[in-house]
Parts: sequence; structure tokens; C-alpha cells
Amino acid sequence: MAYSFPEEVLEYVFSFINSDKDRNAVSLVCKSWYEIERWCRRRIFIGNCYAVSPGIMIRRFPEIRSVEIKGKPHFADFNLVPEGWGGYVYPWVIAMSRAYPWLEEIRLKRMVVSDECLELISKSFKNFKVLVMSSCEGFSTDGLASVAANCRNLKELDLRESEVEDLSGHWLSHFPDTCTSLVSLNIACLGSEVSFSALERLVSRCPNLRMLQLNRAVPLEKLPNLLRGAPQLAELGTGAYSAELRPELLSSLLDAFTGCKKLKGLSGFWDVVPAYLPAIYPVCHGLTSLNLSYATIQSPDISKLISQCQNLQRLWVLDYIEDGGLDILATTCKNLEELRVFPSDPYGVEQNVSLTEQGLVSVSEGCPKLQSVLYFCRRMSNASLVTIAQNRPNLIRFRLCIIEARATDYLTLEPLDAGFGAIVENCRELRRLSLSGLLTDRVFEYIGKHAKKLEMLSIAFAGDGDLGLHHVLSGCESLRKLEIRDSPFGDKALLANAAKLETMRSLWMSSCSVSYGACKLLGQRLPRLNVEVIDERGTPESRPESCHIEKLYIYRTVAGRRFDTPDFIWTVDEEGNAPLRIA
Amino acid sequence: MESIRIEETGLNLEATELRLGLPGRDKIEKETISSFNKNKRAAPKSAEDDESKANDDIKHHHHEAAPAAKAQVIGWPPIRSYRKNNFAPKKAEAEYGNYVKVSMDGAPYLRKIDLKVYNGYTDLLKALENMFKLSIGEYSEREGYKGSEHAPTYEDKDGDLMLVGDVPWDMFMSTCKRLRIMKGSEARGLGCAV
Repeated sequence: MAYSFPEEVLEYVFSFINSDKDRNAVSLVCKSWYEIERWCRRRIFIGNCYAVSPGIMIRRFPEIRSVEIKGKPHFADFNLVPEGWGGYVYPWVIAMSRAYPWLEEIRLKRMVVSDECLELISKSFKNFKVLVMSSCEGFSTDGLASVAANCRNLKELDLRESEVEDLSGHWLSHFPDTCTSLVSLNIACLGSEVSFSALERLVSRCPNLRMLQLNRAVPLEKLPNLLRGAPQLAELGTGAYSAELRPELLSSLLDAFTGCKKLKGLSGFWDVVPAYLPAIYPVCHGLTSLNLSYATIQSPDISKLISQCQNLQRLWVLDYIEDGGLDILATTCKNLEELRVFPSDPYGVEQNVSLTEQGLVSVSEGCPKLQSVLYFCRRMSNASLVTIAQNRPNLIRFRLCIIEARATDYLTLEPLDAGFGAIVENCRELRRLSLSGLLTDRVFEYIGKHAKKLEMLSIAFAGDGDLGLHHVLSGCESLRKLEIRDSPFGDKALLANAAKLETMRSLWMSSCSVSYGACKLLGQRLPRLNVEVIDERGTPESRPESCHIEKLYIYRTVAGRRFDTPDFIWTVDEEGNAPLRIA
Repeated sequence: MESIRIEETGLNLEATELRLGLPGRDKIEKETISSFNKNKRAAPKSAEDDESKANDDIKHHHHEAAPAAKAQVIGWPPIRSYRKNNFAPKKAEAEYGNYVKVSMDGAPYLRKIDLKVYNGYTDLLKALENMFKLSIGEYSEREGYKGSEHAPTYEDKDGDLMLVGDVPWDMFMSTCKRLRIMKGSEARGLGCAV
């Protein structure tokens, strides 16, 4: 006689399983587990909004409370994806407004969101709590006003680096006086002034507010009062950190910061006046996260700050920190896990600061927990990369940008194959890698051979030919996202590894050597891939098939081709045609 | 330079690959790839086998790399526009100057001047006097530009029409959106106390 758990028991057990991977595994055990699991799944992550449709999601998971969706490819951040590409959240919001009345959370990344959408969200979900829009665009402060006005239980409104049409700062005043639920508010990306008194009152009446990121327009003079209204803050993003030198303001700030006993993260610091930095010294020791990447302060001031932040785990900073400052970081911050160094003068021809590969080497030596690196610099050597790799085999993310494209090892004038090879060979847990400098197919051979846990790889101006791409596609077992620009990879490697593309989330190739003919073949062979040719020169059918296309975006999908493409995108269909558009 | 040699004993893609294309495609592919290499790399070579051609390109690369890299390329270095816009307004001004339109009542067309080239109000007013062949005179807080037929005014970032000279020069530079030289009775009216 078969024995089985009652459904309720299984459901209860499943409620402890939250990771998507585990949930997916559970659903594959047997039909009844699939059924039970789908009814009790509450959160869903959709890494590519075109990989699945709202209808499919809703049919399978009727009780979702939290949705996270990503749209445009990563290279959209660097203007490589033309305007109008897609990533519209509207169809999702419409469908969810009917199917998920109890939806609580929406998190979006690189999607196009309209004011209409925001209004629909604010009115459709009675218990709506969390709205995070990271690098999104298409909406204005009017949309924010709807959210502020209508979402009674709003806990999080986080606009992270979105492009917002800033009509006025008045939207903030739409939060009703009865709103006391805010936990997290990030308006750092907004340009215009919000009403300070409305902001002050909002902040002081939300006792659970733990994250507040102001925009540049909030002057330093306003900060002490804001902080006094929210001494429980854990994360603060200041507004402009400058004012004329006034001792009362400095002591007022000092006082206010001293009162913030729980502060763990600081950011903002636009237009920094160094004389006001000592105001944050009282909180430095407790800081785990510091974002100085907009702070135009020089190395001595940065170093003075850093030397007091012994518990720092994450530092984002401009290259003004220089090698000297990174040395201090290496000796002071033994818990450092993540370092990002951004260039202060990326388009300048001459080096403007004394930041070299040495700084990164020091940090790799001194910080045993360092696992995530994003580093812009102007020179690199294989020897340094090897040292870094040997110092830090625990690296998980390594993104190096040597500013000059195809720069050689500055000591030996050789390609940097050996250096990056050492990184992938030593750092066995590496999940994300961005390459730069002069690289031949050899580096891809190393990557294919060693980078077995690599999930995301970014390539620019590298390699010699198809062999390089072939190494990556055939060797990197965990590869999910591959993005390539300006590299001589072409048809052979793609066609030889076509099946691999169905195991990945997406492939982006721009200014490479892929022919239209190969795209058609891929589209024909693999019906569950969308093969999108992006070409602003007009239909590829008007040129020989051997002609190279401008850009290519391939992704797996169960939703079939999409119909919201602009006129410069051609989707190859199953017959291997990219049909003429219906105007 | 031994490290730069392409693996010749490695994968022989052509022999093993699954090919769905028409026979004879390979030649076309090679031609297009070599033309790509010609465009993207600095040293064009005569039509050769892909591998050795690439080899030669690499050898020449470190000589060619410097000039090729100086040209500005879209999206390189990979910095988000959010970061560029938020961070570098000062830098942008340094490159492009702070040009504002100057209109004069009655003049058929406008002029444009770069505020950055002037040291202060005296400098600016002298330049305006030269440009429009008029006299503006001395500024006084109480009387504005009394005695002159003209009053220099500007539109600030709130859209208000302001008299030139009231605020510190630096503040003026950052808030002035355009200049307007008023003439006649309107001009005199601005200088009056209420």
C-alpha cells in the first residue's frame, strides 16, 4: 500500500525551501510534488523577461507574492543596445494586476516602466510593499507620485540608478500623513529638489526606516535634522556633501552622526568638501559598506577616512585613492570582501592619478576575504595578475578594465593571456569574469579548460578567431551569460556549439564576425532560441548572407518570438527567415 | 614571442564541424573574416590562411595598439552613463565652455558668449559693450546701471529675469542661462527701487 504525506504536510515542508534552484528541483521529483510546489511558490525570479511570458508564469504559479524581472542585456549599460530595444514591463503588470491581487513585491532591472504602469501597480495590489527599479527608465516623477499616494503599506521604494524624467520634486508630498511603513527609500538618482519639510516629516514618522538615500539636491545643512529624525538608520546616502565652512554646521553634523549608532553603510558624497569629512568619523568604525565613488576627494583625505574603517567589507571608490590609499586599505580593512575602483578621468589620454596595478596587488595581499573586484586602471602586467591569482584563490568576481583597449603587458609587451590564465586556474570558484587588454585565443583556451564555475563572461577587443569562442562555448560548463564586443568571433564557433546556446540564458555579440547566413541557420536548428539580429542599416535580407551583422542577441525561451521589437531588429524564425515587418 | 603562436596542433575545426551551409561557403567566410581583420586590426596582409594571418596581426599588434586605441569608441571604457552624468559636470564644462545666448532688444539676431573666459563682471560688461557697440556703465547696488540707456539682465535657472551684478561672480556663472540687454525705459525701470 502506498504511503504518502498529506499535501498540507508537504506544503509546510516546502515553505522552508526558498532558493529557486531548490524549488525547481522539488518540482521535478514527481507530478504531485510539481503540483503542490507550484501552488505554494511565492517568489519568482525571471532573468530574461522574454524567456517566458506572463501567461505561462501565471498559469503555473497562481499564488506569487514577489516577482523579480530583468530586461535589457547588460551591455545596455554602456549604450551598446539601441533605444527602443524592448524590455517593457507593461504586459507583465497588466497580467499580474488581474492574476495576483495579493502581489507584494516587484523588482525590476533594465526595464522600461511607464507612468501608466506605476499607476496600475499602485492601484491593483492592495498589499503592495516593495518596488525596486534598478537601471530602469521610461517613467517620471508623476508615476512616483501615484505610488506614494496609493500604496498604503509601502515599505520599500528604491530607484537605484534609474533614469527618471524629473518633472518636479512635489511627488514626495503625495505620501499621506498616515504613511509610517517605510523601511527603505532611495531617491539618489533624482535631479530635482524634493520638499524638505515633507521629507523630514516622512522620515521622522517612519520608525522602521533603515535605509535612506538622498539625492544630490538635498543640501548638507538639512542633513543633521534628517538624521536626528531617524537615528535608527542602517544605511545613509547623503546629498551634496558641501557647504561653506561653518563650525556650527560641522558640529551639528558631528552630533547627528554620533547619534546614529546603527549606521553600517554610507554613500552619496557628491561635491565633497573635505573639511566636513570628520563629521562621519564617529561612525567609521562600525561601517561595513562605504561608497565614495562620487566623491572627488584626494588620496590623503580618503586614506584618513579608510584608516578608521576597520570593519569595512565593501568599498567603492574613485581612482583618486591611488596606490597609496589602497596600501592603507590593505593594512586596515582585513574584512574587505568587495572592492570597486572607478576611473575619475576615463577619457583622458594621460594618467591623472597615481593608481596602477600595484594597488590591486596590495589589496589582494592584505585582504584575505577579498572575493569581488572591479578595477579600472591604465596598465597591467601578467606578473601582477599571477600574483593576485595566487594571493586570492577565493575570488568569485574579477572584472578588470584596462582603459586602453588591447593594451599589452606594460613590462614585457606581451598579451595578457598568461595573467588571466592564472586567474582562472587558481580561482576555482570564479563565477564572473571581465577581460581587457591584449588577448589572443590562448586566454580562451585557459578559460575553457579551467573556468568550470564561470557563469558570466565579458569580452571586448579580444581573441584572434573562432577558436577562441569555441574554447569558451565548449569548455565553460556553467556558462549562463556571454557578452562579446569587437572581437573576431564568427560563424564556425557558433554553429559548432549551437546546442550550448540552449543551456545559457543569453549571448550578446556586437561588432564581431557573425554572418546573417549563420544566424538563419541557428534560428532554423534551434527553435527554442530567439535569434535576434540587430542592424540599423536596414534589413539584412538586402545584403549578401555572408555579410556580417552589427549585433546579435540570442536567448533561450519558452515563449516563442517576441512581437514588440523595433524596426531594426529581425528575429529569425523556424524557417530560417527574418520576415519583413508588418509596418 | 613564443607565447603568441596560435595552436596549430589543436582543434581542426573544419574537419570535425557540423556544417549545414552550402558547399563553398568556407571561401566566402574566409574572405569576410580577413576583411574584418583588415578593418579591425592595423596591419593588412595579403590574403593568407586565417591562422598565420592572425599570427602576423598579433605580432604587429603591440606596435599598432597605441594609436588604434586613442580613438573614442562607443561604450568604452565600460562606464555607465549614470556615473558619467552624475560625476563629471565640472569636466564637461571644462571641455565645452559655458556658452550662453545674448540678446539685445531691437537687434536682428542673437550672439553667444562663453562666460568662462571672463574674470568677472567688469570684464564681461566691457565685452558686451564692445560686442554691441553700446555703453552700460558702472554697477551700483542701489541704482543698478544708472545713467545708461541699457541694462544687462539675465535669466537664471528658475526662469526669473535678474539684473547682472547682484550676486557673486561664481554664483552668476552657474545660474545664468541667458543674457538680455534691455534698452530704454524698460531698462531704467529695472534699476529703480520699489
